[in-house]
Amino acid sequence: MFPKGTKRKFSDSGDEPAAGGEDVNQPSSVAVRMLSSYSLQRQSLLDMSLIKLQLCHMLVEPNLCRSVLIANTVRQIQEEMTQDGTWQIMTQALSAANAAAQCSADRLVATEVLCRQTEATQGEQVLKPFPAVGSEGCPAEEEEEVVVEEEGEGGPQPPTCQAPLAWTPAGKRKMDSRTAEQVFGTFEIKNPAPSPDPALEELFSDVDASYYDLDTVLTGMQSAPKMGPYDLLESLSSHGPSPLSSSTSCRSDLNELDHIMEIIVGS
Amino acid sequence: MCKADIISTVEFNYSGELLATGDKGGRVVIFQREQESKNRPHSRGEYNVYSTFQSHEPEFDYLKSLEIEEKINKIRWLPQQNAAHSLLSTNDKTIKLWKISQRDKRAEGYNLKDEDGRLRDPFRITSLRVPVLLPMDRMVEASPRRIFANAHTYHINSISVNSDHETYLSADDLRVNLWHLEITDRSFNIVDIKPANMEELTEVITAAECHPHQCNVFVYSSSKGTIRLCDMRAAALCDRQSKFFEEPEDPSSRSFFSEIISSISDVKFSHSGRYMMTRDYLSVKVWDLNMENRPVETYQVHEYLRSKLCSLYENDCIFDKFECCWNGADSAIMTGSYNNFFRMFDRNTRRDVTLEASRENSKPRAILKARKVSTGGKRKKDEISVDSLDFNKKILHTAWHPKENVIAVAATNNLYIFQDKIN
Repeated sequence: MFPKGTKRKFSDSGDEPAAGGEDVNQPSSVAVRMLSSYSLQRQSLLDMSLIKLQLCHMLVEPNLCRSVLIANTVRQIQEEMTQDGTWQIMTQALSAANAAAQCSADRLVATEVLCRQTEATQGEQVLKPFPAVGSEGCPAEEEEEVVVEEEGEGGPQPPTCQAPLAWTPAGKRKMDSRTAEQVFGTFEIKNPAPSPDPALEELFSDVDASYYDLDTVLTGMQSAPKMGPYDLLESLSSHGPSPLSSSTSCRSDLNELDHIMEIIVGS
Repeated sequence: MCKADIISTVEFNYSGELLATGDKGGRVVIFQREQESKNRPHSRGEYNVYSTFQSHEPEFDYLKSLEIEEKINKIRWLPQQNAAHSLLSTNDKTIKLWKISQRDKRAEGYNLKDEDGRLRDPFRITSLRVPVLLPMDRMVEASPRRIFANAHTYHINSISVNSDHETYLSADDLRVNLWHLEITDRSFNIVDIKPANMEELTEVITAAECHPHQCNVFVYSSSKGTIRLCDMRAAALCDRQSKFFEEPEDPSSRSFFSEIISSISDVKFSHSGRYMMTRDYLSVKVWDLNMENRPVETYQVHEYLRSKLCSLYENDCIFDKFECCWNGADSAIMTGSYNNFFRMFDRNTRRDVTLEASRENSKPRAILKARKVSTGGKRKKDEISVDSLDFNKKILHTAWHPKENVIAVAATNNLYIFQDKIN
C-alpha cells in the first residue's frame, strides 16, 4: 500500500494489538489494554513526529507548513500527556537514564534518540528503543520505527541510548523553546534567539553523519542532504571537512563552531 | 521517470484557447486548441503544443546556504490586451511576467532595405512601393518582460491577478504582497502573520486569491482550516480580517490528526464571486461569502482514508496539497485524489463520480469508466480496495475550461485532457 515498504506500526483500523490470549474476557483487562494501546500509539506518534521535525531541518528547503503542523501535533500530544500525568513519569525515567549513561557515550553523539520504557508494574509490552545512532553502530535501517511487540517476545531492553537534551525534567518548556528553535530557527537567521549556550550546543549537536542514514531510510533520499545554515558557519571557521565526513572530525569541529557561535551571538 | 517532468501547475487562460503547464524543472509548456475544422464540424479542437520555454532556473541562496528550487508553483494568465498573451509564473521566491507572441507573417518589399536586410543606397531609390505581408511558418516566442524578485522570505504558494488588471497579489507562508504589474522594484505588504518570536509560530498561510470582481477584496487560507476575507480599503495592512470563515470542529471525530487534515491546501472563488471553495485533506467545502460560521456544502473526496491517517502521516502523504476548481457555470467542482483518481461533484444534482487518468485503463476517445473504491469488507467486481491504492500516483493539479466541458488533469508527469462526449 505504501511506497517505501514501511511497516505499519500499529493498526490503523483500531484493532487492539493481539495479546497472548489470556484475560481477553475480563472487561477490566480489556480496558487496560485499550488504554495502554492508546498510550503506546500516542507515544509512537510523538516519536515519529519528533523524528520528522529533526529531519526536516536537514533537508535542502524545509517546508514551513509541514514543520508547523508536525510541531503543533507534538505540542498537542505533550499537553495531553501532561494532563494525564504520563509526561512527568516519562521525563523522570529519561533523566534517570540520562544520568546513568552520561559517563559513557559522548553526549553529542546520540542526542536526538528517544528511548522509553512503559511502566514495568503493569507488565506491559515493552517497546524496542530507537537505535543508538553514532559510534555504537546500531543498524538504523532495520529499526527506524517503533514496533509494538507481541507480549512475550523479547524481554525489556535497557536503555542503550542517550536521552535527548530536550527531554529534561523541565520537559515541556525546553521542548518548546529548543525544538521550535531548531525547526523555525533555520528560517530566521537575523534574530539569533537569546538562549544560553547549552541550547546552542544542542543546535550543533545535530551534526552527526549517522543521521543521514536515518534520513535516507525514512525519506528515501539518495543524496546526502545539505546542512543549511551550518555550512555558513563551517566556512567561517575555515574548517575543511564537511559535517558529513565522520563523527570524530565532527566533534572537533563542533568546538570550533561553538566558539564561533559565541563570537557571533555575543557581538 | 525524470523528476523534472513532474507537472506542478495547470491553468487555462481566460478564453480557454490556451492551456499552460509548469513543471518541477522550471519549464512552462503552453498548449493551444486547434481551430475547429469546417470539414468535421462536430469534432472539437485538440490541444497541441504551442510554446515551450524555461521560466525559472535553480538558484542558490548564499546567505542561508540553501538551494532555491526552480519548480513552478503557480501560473496565472493575464487578461489578453493585444495580440500577445501574457502570464505570470512563480517559483518559491521569484515571479516572472512572460509575454508570448507569435509571428506568422513577414513583410517583403521594403523601400529602404534589401531583401537580405542590407540598407539600400538612398540615391538608388527611384520609386516607392508598399511592402506586402506574406505568410511564413508560425514562430512563437516567449520573453520575460518583468521579474518580481526579492520580496518573499518564505516560499511563495499563490499568485492571483486582480480584477483591475493592474495589480496582483503573491502569498508566501507568512506574508501576502500586492504588486503593480508595471513595477518590479517594490511591492506592498498587505498581510503579515509572522510572530515576533518564531518559536510562537503555529499557523501559516496556505493559499490566497483575489476576488473575481471586487478589486479591493481578497481571501487567504491557513493551516488551521480558517479563511480570512480582507478588504484593502479598510487599512493598509490587512492583518485584521473583515470576515473570518471557520467551521466548528466536530468533537466526536477529533484526533491528533484533526488539525493537519483541516489545513486548507487551496481556495478558489466561484466565477460569480458569490461563493468560494476550499480543499482540505479529505473534503471540499463550498462557502457562501455571506455566511462565516459554516460552509454551505461539503463534499467528501476520499473519506475511506480517514482510518488510514496514521500511515498517511508516516509516509508524509497527509501533507499533500490538492487543488480544486470550478467549472465555468459554477455548477460543478473537481479535485484530485490518489491512484490517479479524480473526483467531480455536481452541485445541483448532488451526484459525484470518480474517474481515473491513466493510459492503461482508458483508450483515446473512449468514454471514461466510473471507478469505485470499496470501503467495506466485500469488494465488488471492478472495485479497488483501499489497500491497493497507489499513493505515489496523486492528482494534485486539475483545471477546467472557463466555458466548455474540457478538463485538464495532471497525473505526475503526464497531462490528460478530457472533453465532454458529443452525441
